[in-house]
Amino acid sequence: MLHFLIIAPLLIAILAPFLYKKLKSVHTGWFVLVVPLFIFIYLLSLIRTVIHKPLLLQLNWMPSLGINYDLYVDGLSILFGLLISGIGTLVVFYSIYYLHKTEKLGHFYVYLLMFMSAMLGVVFSDNIFVFYMFWEFTSLSSFLLIGFWNHRHKSRYGAQKSMLITVFGGLSMLAGLIWMSLEVGSSSIRVLIQNSEIITNSPYFMPMLLLVLLGAFTKSAQFPFHTWLPDAMEAPTPVSAYLHSATMVKAGIYLVARLSLLFAGTDEFFLIVSGFGLLTLCWGSYMAVKQTDLKGILAYSTISQLGMIMAMLGFGTGIAVFAAIFHILNHATFKGSLFMVAGIVDHETGTRDIRRLGGLYTLMPITATLAIFGVFSMAGIPLPIMNGFLSKEMFFDAAVDLRLESGSIYQMVAPFFPIIAVIGSIFTFVYSMILFFKTFTGKLQLSKLERKPHDPPIGMLISPAVLVVLIVVIALFPGPFNKYLLTPAVTAVMGEVPHTKIYFWHGFYNAPLFMSLIVLFTGTLLYLTRDKWLHVYNRLPGRWSMNKTYDYVVNGIFKGSTVLTNSYMTGSLRSYFRIIVGFIAIIGLYTMYSSNGFALNINSTPFSLPEFLVALTMAVAAISIIFVHNRIAAILILGVVGYGLSLLFVFYSAPDLALTQLIVETVTVGLFLLCFYHLPELKRDKETSGNKLFNLVVSVGFGVLITLIGISSHSSKWFKPISDYFLENSYELGGGNNVVNVILVDMRGLDTMLEICVLGIAALGILAMIKYNRKGDLE
Amino acid sequence: MEIIMSILSGVLFTCGIYLILQKRLLQIIIGTGLLSHGAHLFILTMGGFPPGAPPILKYGVEVYRDPLPQALILTSIVISFGVTSFLLVLAYKTYRANKTDNLEDLRGTEHE
Repeated sequence: MLHFLIIAPLLIAILAPFLYKKLKSVHTGWFVLVVPLFIFIYLLSLIRTVIHKPLLLQLNWMPSLGINYDLYVDGLSILFGLLISGIGTLVVFYSIYYLHKTEKLGHFYVYLLMFMSAMLGVVFSDNIFVFYMFWEFTSLSSFLLIGFWNHRHKSRYGAQKSMLITVFGGLSMLAGLIWMSLEVGSSSIRVLIQNSEIITNSPYFMPMLLLVLLGAFTKSAQFPFHTWLPDAMEAPTPVSAYLHSATMVKAGIYLVARLSLLFAGTDEFFLIVSGFGLLTLCWGSYMAVKQTDLKGILAYSTISQLGMIMAMLGFGTGIAVFAAIFHILNHATFKGSLFMVAGIVDHETGTRDIRRLGGLYTLMPITATLAIFGVFSMAGIPLPIMNGFLSKEMFFDAAVDLRLESGSIYQMVAPFFPIIAVIGSIFTFVYSMILFFKTFTGKLQLSKLERKPHDPPIGMLISPAVLVVLIVVIALFPGPFNKYLLTPAVTAVMGEVPHTKIYFWHGFYNAPLFMSLIVLFTGTLLYLTRDKWLHVYNRLPGRWSMNKTYDYVVNGIFKGSTVLTNSYMTGSLRSYFRIIVGFIAIIGLYTMYSSNGFALNINSTPFSLPEFLVALTMAVAAISIIFVHNRIAAILILGVVGYGLSLLFVFYSAPDLALTQLIVETVTVGLFLLCFYHLPELKRDKETSGNKLFNLVVSVGFGVLITLIGISSHSSKWFKPISDYFLENSYELGGGNNVVNVILVDMRGLDTMLEICVLGIAALGILAMIKYNRKGDLE
Repeated sequence: MEIIMSILSGVLFTCGIYLILQKRLLQIIIGTGLLSHGAHLFILTMGGFPPGAPPILKYGVEVYRDPLPQALILTSIVISFGVTSFLLVLAYKTYRANKTDNLEDLRGTEHE
């Protein structure tokens, strides 16, 4: 059943364009809505089984290659599956009201369903190859969705950027996964985890870890690969809410969580993941304060929250992993609702620029109320009715808790991590406040808006409202969520049942509350005085943002490859020929040298003086052609070489050859003479001496190669020639005494037939060339 | 004998390639001619030069020259003749169409 459900969205996607074309009166989204809803309900029904024992559903696909469509359903994958299908349902519902029927809805829902299918495949696959296939499928469908309004340049730019970065990471992840599967000898993720000692003890552990983490970091927008996410905000808002806050960007998180049983306990994993996580947390929240676009703030905020989750997964302690899983759920709720609110504001006012917004509270009270919950939950305001506060509190707890861990690395970093966590959270607080107060309070600037805003239709508000209700419900009644979702998920990540409970209130006099208060006060202070310090953004990052670096690298690759290609693709046939021949000469000579292939046997057949003289004449004639600049002389000297060759054939007692060579040479010289009448005088062309020398080296190198091959093959005869067979059977089988002729027409008659074809084709070609001119008319 | 012939075919190859690397079409075609002579000689040399009678069966003769390379060369001569004549006419037509037989002027970088 689950096997089918994962690809069900894909199958439905085939229908979407037809529904859009045929049933114009109904918004296509209504038909699509059924799919995620059904998957959501089915997954809910699975929970009861899964919390006791994970399911392994097997289906053979390519068993001979070890590629099977196996699904592994445990707490972690079911949590993600519920997020994907649940938020998917809300997003489809939201998009019904958000996207007008004049948009290309057929395309939109095809892409969205493709994405849903891919994402479900990612979280449920057990086989690394199937996992990777779905993984890249999310990149592809995300690319299509970001570029949905493909008439805009920025959409195309954002789509290309996200594609390049995520596929780069995806490929390196594939390399890492294959490497690990080779070490262990199985392509099942479950088996990889069971044999984690083989991998962690392997001398190649570090490269494998880095390759896999590169995939996770690029997908989950960790520093310095976060740069694609803000540009992906060109996508329609439902897409941003779905892909770039709740699901796709968590694929990297999922990968790290899934493999943390494999890597956990190693210092490398701890340092890299938590280090980059904290760096991303701080950088993302710091950069978010600078943004003026609502979705820009949300994008950087997503980056920083993902960094926070990643850091907690890196900590690897029980409470940290629990907090991470909890925050995955919380972040999906409040960030999804915030994106939808931003979409509503955009939809109602026609702008997302916070410099033009303000004072919307009175005009859009419902939207503003929804926003309050999302924003305050994100900021972690110490109000126990917001789930964000609970998980942020646990984050501080986890950071402080690190000092209790044994191990030199933990002891070393323990004093710093809580401080970094607080700094990141302060900026989180600041941008959250900006997000809300700049939009909904302050002076109303109606003149800068396209129309007078008011609360949107009820349908648009339902999805964010559901998420906001979830924010409060999770905060007030965490028990059931803990029992059915979080505990099984943490068990799947840690391999053991956690002992953590969610508290409403930690009580006074503890470190996390103290840290929260610092965040609250410093954040408020910074928010109120932000005009005074905003100019630091001109210095840091200043000109060195990651966007600039990305553009520089991409343009550099384009320019560099153009320069490289132009340097050897000159369009000059001579230089191509020079490269080809020179390459053959170098490779041949090197092979002969390195394989010790040269042999010399001086005991060759004795030669007579006439033979030697003919050979000498030919050599002299050939060399002299180079220096002759008179056409007739050159042609005649070529004739000398040809006739010399036929003389050699005579000496060799090859009468047929001598005869043919004689005739052919005569005809060829005649042809040359015919043509030369039409061709211009051979002029002495200026040639640089460097070119001349290069030509000389190349041609001499090739000649030497040929000579060496000739000598050494003569000197090392391994097998008797097969010619005795021809000589013995020429008369009996072929009925002829002239063995060469019998070979030509009888024993190897096919050669001759094709040679006749060649001659015929050449004749026809010549005829066509002479008779017709360029336009195809008779001349 | 074989060594001399190897050197000779090496010389023919060298001159042929050097000519092909020149600018004028006629030189290039002459170069291909030299190259094919060199190749034929090379095949012949590969067969070796043990003494023997021409490979025409005659009563009483025991040792013959190797007939197989001869058959191969014969085929090759005819093919290279066909190609050379085709090239010659092509060169003529190229000159007629482009008013030049200089290879440096005949390059087309635009669409490469």
